[in-house]
Amino acid sequence: MADLVLAPRRARREIREATTWDQLKHNRNWLGFWFMLPAMGFLILFLAYPLGLGVWLSFTDTKIGQPGEFIDIGNYQWLWDDDVFWLSVFNTMLYTVVASAIKFAVGLYLALLLNENLPFKAMLRALVLIPFIVPTVLSAIAFWWIFDAQFSIISWSLKHLGLITHNINFLGDTTWARICVIFANIWRGVPFVAITLLAGLQTVQPSLYEAATLDGASSWQRFRYITYPLLTPIIAVVMTFSVLFTFTDFQLIWAMTRGGPVNATQLMATLSYQRAIIGGQLGEGAAISTAMIPFLLAAIMISWFGLQRRKWQQGENND
Amino acid sequence: MTDLPASKVDLKSVLSRPARVDNSEGMSYLQSTPRRLVTVYLPLSIILIILLFPFYWMGLTAVKPDEQLLDMETYSPFWTWSPTFKHFHKLLFESYYPHWLWNTMYVAVGSTLLSIIASVLAAYAIVRLRYKGANLVGGLIFLAYLVPPSILFIPLATVVFQYGLFDSPLALILTYPTILIPFSTWLLMGYFKTIPFELEECALIDGASRWQILIRIVLPLSVPGLISAFIFCFTLCWNEFIYALTFLQSTQNKTVPVAIVNEFVDGDVYHWGSLMAGALAGSLPLVILYAFFVEHYVSAMTGAVKE
Repeated sequence: MADLVLAPRRARREIREATTWDQLKHNRNWLGFWFMLPAMGFLILFLAYPLGLGVWLSFTDTKIGQPGEFIDIGNYQWLWDDDVFWLSVFNTMLYTVVASAIKFAVGLYLALLLNENLPFKAMLRALVLIPFIVPTVLSAIAFWWIFDAQFSIISWSLKHLGLITHNINFLGDTTWARICVIFANIWRGVPFVAITLLAGLQTVQPSLYEAATLDGASSWQRFRYITYPLLTPIIAVVMTFSVLFTFTDFQLIWAMTRGGPVNATQLMATLSYQRAIIGGQLGEGAAISTAMIPFLLAAIMISWFGLQRRKWQQGENND
Repeated sequence: MTDLPASKVDLKSVLSRPARVDNSEGMSYLQSTPRRLVTVYLPLSIILIILLFPFYWMGLTAVKPDEQLLDMETYSPFWTWSPTFKHFHKLLFESYYPHWLWNTMYVAVGSTLLSIIASVLAAYAIVRLRYKGANLVGGLIFLAYLVPPSILFIPLATVVFQYGLFDSPLALILTYPTILIPFSTWLLMGYFKTIPFELEECALIDGASRWQILIRIVLPLSVPGLISAFIFCFTLCWNEFIYALTFLQSTQNKTVPVAIVNEFVDGDVYHWGSLMAGALAGSLPLVILYAFFVEHYVSAMTGAVKE
């Protein structure tokens, strides 16, 4: 060791280059590069490049089968004066806020229920997740049938209970259509929120509750001062995903209402599909898609702060 | 936990009942049965019924004869005494349904395999090789997970068209990995971190290459993680709608979700029986897969969030 330190600079370097450990360290970056190549290839070719292309398309008047020219912010100006676009922004916000809030409330409640000591616990948890497993479009078709204007089982039941006299036109009436798609979204999203929060709940030490009970805490106090703070980080992450996916939802709406009636359930995603693929106005559709990005960035920021808070709570430093 | 006064800890151990394996029992012994009936079982049953009713309805409609479907006065809508497999028969022998199932399967298996290979390599590199910028790349991959398909489908459609992949299942096999890789990479990263580093060090000293270590040591040890990733990717593929709707055009090339929405409606006439049978048959493969691997599925979903 002492010899090594005293040896002249050049000699030391030669010794180092000779060891296998150094060679490995030297190769490590190249190895990393080769290992990353397949994943990065996919993500750059089919994610990063299209993302950039989408932003570029939003500044052109490209149509299907016809290359476009740069038209500056023309698409955005056109959208600014478009009532249907603003209606879709409003619908998207309404859909996201209402559905996410209820999903959170019901999901948390369901998680607390499932966290109780129940018989057939494993089976119950498995059953709860089924709406999340079944492809969204296929369950949307079931809702199509449940909300049918003439043969809805809900209308039938309510009529036989004597609560209504005429069938409810679930997907044909603007207010009802909104309620129905939000309901379907909640129905699909609750299992994810519930099971994830349940996983979080199970990391809370039962001794904390026992100690609190001995100190005379009520069940609300136990929830408010033990469960909720310990669950905050996981809530932040789950709700970010939930908000993100509700905001960009396409398939549920498309399968149930295609944005109708009279654009009452038109979300930004469905509107961009309608304008770009059906209407052929790729540039305009891309502008609507691009307009969604600021909202998504906001959601990601919230998630990031949630994660920071989690680290702080766990007393971790960086990494 | 550690700063609890000693007296309380003692008290707790005195109060706690004989050794319990499961924490969830918690303090439920403090509640009486009638009370639990109202606060736990009743709301739980209501939520379960709402969550599962659409599937009951789907199944019932799929086996109901047509005349009972639309006549709700003479027959009870909630049950049928004369189930028929006519709708399934029509589905399997008089439509492209087998084609669609095959397409969906082909696309799902293809893109799942591609994504898992790519994710295993990427996750191993990020966790174990720790090359320059590994953390940054890990963060970028996480960000990629947050980019939703509904803002990518328009530019991707032009890309797919340019590469001559339009209306070909290959377009889906190549584009789905962008949704799957971020998720499975994060899942596998978490899994690889739990494998003791010493094992790899020993192998390195014995002269194994990184590739040999990955194949002979890391992969066999992470089979449960690989199964989770596989199931999750497969489910996401089966579920995917917007790319399949945009990139495929001819009837026989479609995947189940897209085909069912478009092909069973003649103008204003809805073939409810066939629709429901199709939806049921399209969900079945996933539900079966899920039934066998529930534990993996749940740990994948929650693990990725906790990570």
